Amino acid sequence: MAHFKLDARRMFCPMPVIRAQDKVKELQAGDTLEVVSTDPGALNDIPAWSRINGHKIIETRNVDDEFFVLIEVCKS
Amino acid sequence: MPQQRKAVALISGGLDSLLAARVMLEQGVHVEGINFFTGFCVEGHTHAIRKKDKSKPKRNNALWSAEQLGIKLHIIDIVEEYKDVLLNPKHGYGKNMNPCLDCKIFMVNKAKQWAEENNFDFIITGEVIGQRPMSQRKDTMPVISRESGADDRLLRPLCAQNLPETLPEKEGWVQRDKLFGFSGRNRKPQMELAAKYGFEDYAKPAGGCCFLTDENYSAKLVDLWDARGTREYEMDDIMLLKVGRHIRPTAHYKLIVGREDGENKFLQGYKNNFITFKTMDCPGPLTLLDGVATDEDLMFAARIAARFSQGRNSENVTIEARRTNGDTTTLTVKPMPASEINPEWYV
Repeated sequence: MAHFKLDARRMFCPMPVIRAQDKVKELQAGDTLEVVSTDPGALNDIPAWSRINGHKIIETRNVDDEFFVLIEVCKS
Repeated sequence: MPQQRKAVALISGGLDSLLAARVMLEQGVHVEGINFFTGFCVEGHTHAIRKKDKSKPKRNNALWSAEQLGIKLHIIDIVEEYKDVLLNPKHGYGKNMNPCLDCKIFMVNKAKQWAEENNFDFIITGEVIGQRPMSQRKDTMPVISRESGADDRLLRPLCAQNLPETLPEKEGWVQRDKLFGFSGRNRKPQMELAAKYGFEDYAKPAGGCCFLTDENYSAKLVDLWDARGTREYEMDDIMLLKVGRHIRPTAHYKLIVGREDGENKFLQGYKNNFITFKTMDCPGPLTLLDGVATDEDLMFAARIAARFSQGRNSENVTIEARRTNGDTTTLTVKPMPASEINPEWYV
């Protein structure tokens, strides 16, 4: 299990979701991916994408104008 | 037990594609959604930029649809490939710069490729005959099927009974008599079906889901191409056309004036790509200059920028003009009165 980070700042949804989706495809079950975005929509969209595709959201938070989503990759 | 067939559904985030996918699920088909991002999608961007929209719930309607349906959704970035669709539409444009028919053909073709790569049996869309003037007509439906290469593997569950049988119907993968025969612009049948399935909070886009159908946006895009002498564009160009007032006082430059704090903040991110103007002695918008400008142009542009500041009625306003290399010049200018701003400058 490994931890990865994805910088999706200055992108607007759905680009952070697309980047997260493409990165998750490369990862293994149990890996975690932290996505940082400047689009507040990412706080809804990335968890929604994760739920429908069977991945787990560990944490969402925002610090000033940056929004963080931590995903645990689950593979069926 | 018969093999469960698999369909990929084009999910736009609107009601029709939501219903089409739901109809297939009801028939026991395994459905996964696909959603294409062209760069011109109304979803997301402007809501994220404009501060006045910040109180609205931020939701991607395609993702919301998929979640309602309980299906997977694959969002595909087609920004680069889409340029050829926009620049060279075989079937031409609609009322504005919208190449709707070519766009639909392109997306169905992409879905077909995806279906082949992922061992899916057929493709579904939420198209309804007569719903859209360019791409959803009885005569264009077979064009989309044929030119996308999907042929009879393209099923439109909401209007299938008005169209020739497709492969999924012929093979008994789906039951034709449980599909629908909707037609025309009347939304009542879809709304009734939505009520039957318990869908309430679905998206109701007033102006469609693509900026290219918007008259003002299309005018800005054409202006950009004319000014540059080329029809090439990048993602940042598409984004900037969605933001601010666009004012072109002369052929060799235009100004993009932020309309509120969210836009000013967004435009600030381009300070290393464009000359920027910022008022120093009163609140005002951030203004970008796209093009080339002489010192005389800078003074003229600064007067326009001052016009949109809270110092518009002052004798003079102090403005900092910042070049892309970081060099700044302080300009003291008389704000341009409204009467001197030619209405034709507004793009």
